[in-house]
Order: sequence, then structure tokens, then C-alpha cells
Amino acid sequence: MSLFRMFGDKPVDPQDAAARFIEDSKHEEAHDRLVWAMRTNRDKAVAALPDWEDLRSVASQIKEHTLTHLDTYLEHFEAAATANGVHVHWARDGAEHNAIVVQIFEERGVKLAIKSKSMLQEECGMSESLTKHGIEARESDLGERIQQLSHERPSHIVVPSIHQLRTDVAELFAKHLGTDPNNSDPHYLAESMRNDARPQFLRAQAGMTGANFAIAETGAIVVCTNEGNADIGATVPPLQVCSIGIEKLIPRQIDLAVMLRMLSRSALGPPMTQYTTHLRKPRPGAELHFILVDNKRSERLGSKEFWHVLKCIRCGACMNTCPVYRRSGGLAYGGTYSGPIGIVLDPAFDPHKYHELPFHSSLCGSCSEVCPVKIDIADQIYKWRREIVSQGELPAVEQAGIGVLGEVLAHPGLFEATETVGLRTLKLLPNAVLANRLNPWTNGRKMPVPAQTTFRQWFEDNRRRDGEDA
Amino acid sequence: MNVNMTAREAILGAVRLALPKPAVALPDEIHFLGKPRISSNVGYKGELPDLEKVAGFPAPEESLVPFFEKQLVAMGGRSFRVGSAMEARAKATELFPEARVWASTVPEVPGNRRVRAGDSPGSFADVDVAVVRSRLGVAEAAAVWLDSEDLVVPSLGVLAQHLIVMIDPSKIVPTLHEAYGGGLSGETNPYGVFMAGPSATGDIEGVIIHGAQGARSLIVLFAEEELR
Repeated sequence: MSLFRMFGDKPVDPQDAAARFIEDSKHEEAHDRLVWAMRTNRDKAVAALPDWEDLRSVASQIKEHTLTHLDTYLEHFEAAATANGVHVHWARDGAEHNAIVVQIFEERGVKLAIKSKSMLQEECGMSESLTKHGIEARESDLGERIQQLSHERPSHIVVPSIHQLRTDVAELFAKHLGTDPNNSDPHYLAESMRNDARPQFLRAQAGMTGANFAIAETGAIVVCTNEGNADIGATVPPLQVCSIGIEKLIPRQIDLAVMLRMLSRSALGPPMTQYTTHLRKPRPGAELHFILVDNKRSERLGSKEFWHVLKCIRCGACMNTCPVYRRSGGLAYGGTYSGPIGIVLDPAFDPHKYHELPFHSSLCGSCSEVCPVKIDIADQIYKWRREIVSQGELPAVEQAGIGVLGEVLAHPGLFEATETVGLRTLKLLPNAVLANRLNPWTNGRKMPVPAQTTFRQWFEDNRRRDGEDA
Repeated sequence: MNVNMTAREAILGAVRLALPKPAVALPDEIHFLGKPRISSNVGYKGELPDLEKVAGFPAPEESLVPFFEKQLVAMGGRSFRVGSAMEARAKATELFPEARVWASTVPEVPGNRRVRAGDSPGSFADVDVAVVRSRLGVAEAAAVWLDSEDLVVPSLGVLAQHLIVMIDPSKIVPTLHEAYGGGLSGETNPYGVFMAGPSATGDIEGVIIHGAQGARSLIVLFAEEELR
């Protein structure tokens, strides 16, 4: 059963989408539990490594260094890769990226490509674009394939189908693979997909991957997977095409040690992913293509407030820890990226479509704390709110409230009066008045019981006598 | 090609204009490109990895094998120590009594399917067990390095249903810092992979399943090189 379909170009409504996800308590409960388990595993892994905070600092610094010298490292990488016999392409945006892929495939008569997970190819809408040219790009990662068959975006950058229950998958596979609809044993389902995918791997004329890291020093790329699907795509077909965001660069091979020690621990807890794949040169008789993609990254790099987000290594820790993400599901964000990192990535692609996202957060700050490369995600969410407001995109309910608040806070006397009146009102008003349809954040929640007195009254009664100033 | 050059110049130009200021220094040394270097507690300063505080991690003079074994179990793999080529063969047959197609790139455990450079990558799809030798292991993650040279045909490592990886215990290093700064510093093979346990997925309700796409099981045999 698919709870969501792709959103169009109209602004996404995360509250409404989240409400539909929560409607089914089984999905909400499982999602919250599974995603939180990843966060717990991350904590155990981090606690076992005394160097963790040093690693974070060094990782952050490596990324900041690379980004502040990005032109040089891109040239280094291109030169090293070219010397290795790799074809290096450059794409300004998704359309250019897709056109390059289509051209490579059409020239070589490729009709079926088998791909491993790539958020960048997702971002470019590559698979849809290839379909229009009669080329099938089949997802090989189990979760991605589940999402592809469901006609949904990945709901999580590491575990794309984490919002689906085993019974959803059983129903889906029964329809597409002819499996027993009543058998929802994950072992049976995974085995069925393995057997379905194998012949396609052997038949595919091209393999596609993204890149977790691109090393300027050696011209190699590194792809991290747990299933080994990137390796099959990289070692079986005679042609490989890898899409690389320009922010994936790191200077040296030894920098990989720092990054890789953090990536899987932050994502799921284990010290490394099962497969850490290095592609440096085409195999004898094969072709290897790297496509370096900008797609608004250079624009972001030039933003004093938002360039830090380019440090992201796509571990998903911020999603796992986020109380809003865990309860609303990743599809509620309606963009390529979801969770806290999605809130700060998606609006940069389309501020109108994603203007609600920065408000889909409690600003608790946990995302910034778990980020392995020290991105100030919570601060960036706050700054995006400012950005959205300055573009006149503030949601109506917030707009009305904030106007009044500004007036009241600007006048201390008025604030004192309002505070007392407000508290009395809170006690008298039924939940239904505050938790109304204009304020979707209160749906499914009970309002806290108001305090007996205002803080000011409490201070007067309890502390004033101690001779302190108010 | 012209369009391509334009995109390249446009991107590099936009990046150059956008470079955040002030520039941030690379930890340790900026002019490092091309110079391998073994490193430190996080790879950049000091002497040895400061890992003794990790529960059960061996002290510098101790063997890394027991910790590697423990980590491998956590990653879903298994390991055995063998003292002779005959013992290695016996262990392999004992572990996979039903296997019919054996492909081997090591002299100790000969297979019945030859592996020659230039073989079609897809021709190993029917291999039940592949036996290969790794020249570098990382204790911290129980990872073994396998590249185009070790595998002869890289697809062998992911198409075989089961994988036996032999490794000399002396080739195991504590962390990835020693691996990238040491054994892998001059690496030039087209393809290389760290495998930490077998293929795995948690994509259906977080249930860990081995053998999602690649090897269903991964066995490490600790065996000295040139084992007789």
C-alpha cells in the first residue's frame, strides 16, 4: 500500500502529508521505532570510540578546507581521473546531467542500466528522463527498488523504504514479482528480489553509481553500500557511469580514513559499511565515465549563511534523531531530501515549492549535535525561516501570530498585561480553540496544562523576598 | 564536446567566484597531495591510534586477530585459523559440503573453475564458492581489502554465492588510518573494495538479512602466506 504519491510543482504541505502518515498507527509506530533504533546504534558506536569528537573536528575541517579551495581540487581530480583513463564530464544542472547520460547510452545502444543508490541522480530526475528515451534504469538496492516499484521517492537517504511495512512489501512484490502475497517474511522477500535482480545484472549493458567521496589526489571515487549492489554494477557490465556532486571532493586518500570511520557509525552504527568500493580506472576492455554535477551547489557555496551544508556526507543521522521526521515519515517532506538535512537542502532548489519545510521542525537542535561533520543544521533551519519570510512565503497562521507577537514584545508593559491575561485565557480555553484547523501542529497532540501562575508572579512570591531584583 | 567545455568553464568560474572566505587550512599539512603518510589518533598528529580505550581493543604489542574475529561476527561473518594448506582445504569442504562450482585464485585451495584475466565477468554467476587471498585487513571493522589483482576478475567477489578470504594475520592493521596511509598508499588497481562481512540489507523493517545481492556468507581464514 502506498500512502503517498509524488507531489507536483505546487507547494508541498508537510503537515497534511504527515497527518495522513500518522493516521495509520502501525506505520507511525514502526517508523518511529526503527529510525530511533538507528540513532541508538549510532550512540553506542560513538560511545565506544574515544576519538569521536576529534574525528568530527577533523572531518569538518577537511570538508571546509576542500570547499574553500574547491576549484583547485576539482581540477586536480579531473586531471588525475583523466590520466587514469576515465572520461570526465561536467554538468551545470540536472538537465545537462541527464543529457550526458542519454548521449553516452544512445551512442552505445544501452537499453538497460542497473544502478545503485544515488541521491544526486534522484535530484536530477534521471530515471524518468531516461525512460523518455526508452532506456530503463533499474534500481538494484533493495529499498530503492521497493520505492521504484511503488512510484515513490526514497523516504530516507540510507534506508529508502523504511516507512513501508513488510506487509506493504509483500503486497508490492506479489504484484510485480509474483510472490505469495500472504508471505511477508523479510527473508523470503529479500531472496525473491535477489533472484529477480541477478539476471538483470547479467543482462544490463551499463552500471551506474553515485559517489560518497571523490579523491582529488588519486582521481578515484568511493561508493559505500551494504548490499554489494554497486560492486556488481561496477564489475559486470562493460560500461560504468558515475554521477558526482562537486561537493563530494576530498583532497587525499588518507582523508578517507576520517570520513569512513564516521559514515557508517553515524548512519546505522557498524564501524564500516559491508562494502566500501573504490573505482579508479576502467577495467581492461571497459569504459568508465564520471559526471561532475553542479546543480546549484556553486550558488550555495557563495552563500555566507548556507555554504556549510555542502559538508554533508549523507549519513542520515540528523533524520534518525529528529522527533518530527520520526513521526511524520520522510515522504511528508515532498522533496528529494527529507528530515532536517532536507529542510535545508530542498528550499534551495525551489524556495516556493518547499517554503513550508523550514517550519516542519521543533528547532530542538539534536540534528546539529549528531552531525559527523558539524553542520549547524538547526541554525540553518532557523535562517531558512528568515529567508522564507523575507520572500513573503510565510504560512498564513504564523504570519498573523507573529505580527501580534512583535507588537507585544516591543512594549514591556503590554507584555506584562498580556502575560497575565494570556494565562487566564489558557486555563479557560478548551483545547479545541488552540488546537484548531489553522494550527496543524496541535493535531494529534494534547496541549500542556498551563502553569498556575505566571513566572513573574512566581518570582514575586518566592524570590523577591531574598532581596533580588526582578 | 564544445557544450561540455562550456559547462566545465562555467562551473569552475562559478565556484571560483563563490569560494567562502576566509580559506580554511587542511589539517596537518596543506601541501600534501601525493605524499603518503602514516598517522595518529585521528590520522593527523601523534604516534599510534589511540584505541586502547575501545573495549577489548588490543594494546600495541598484542595480536589484532581476536579483536578482528569479534568484529567480524558483529558484521555477520565467521573466521577460522588454519595452519596448513590441507587444513584450509578441509575447512572449506566442511563449510560448504554441497558446493559444486569452486573458483579459486589461491594455490592452497584449488577450485574446479579456472579464473583467468580476460574471462567474461558474467561467467562467474554460477560459482558457489570463491576462494581468494586478501593482502590487507582492518581490525577495527573486520574489513578485508580485495582488488582487481587479488580477484583476477573483479566480478568474482560479488557474483560468487559464498566467499572464503584467506589472510595472513601479519597483514592486519588496527584502523583505516594505517590502511590508507600504509598498505594502500601506492594502490593503482582499477577496482578495489573493503568487504566487512557478507552482503547485507536492513531495508525491510530493519531485519538484517545476509546475501542481499553479493556474497551470502563471508568466511575469513587466517593463514600465513605461502602455506604448504
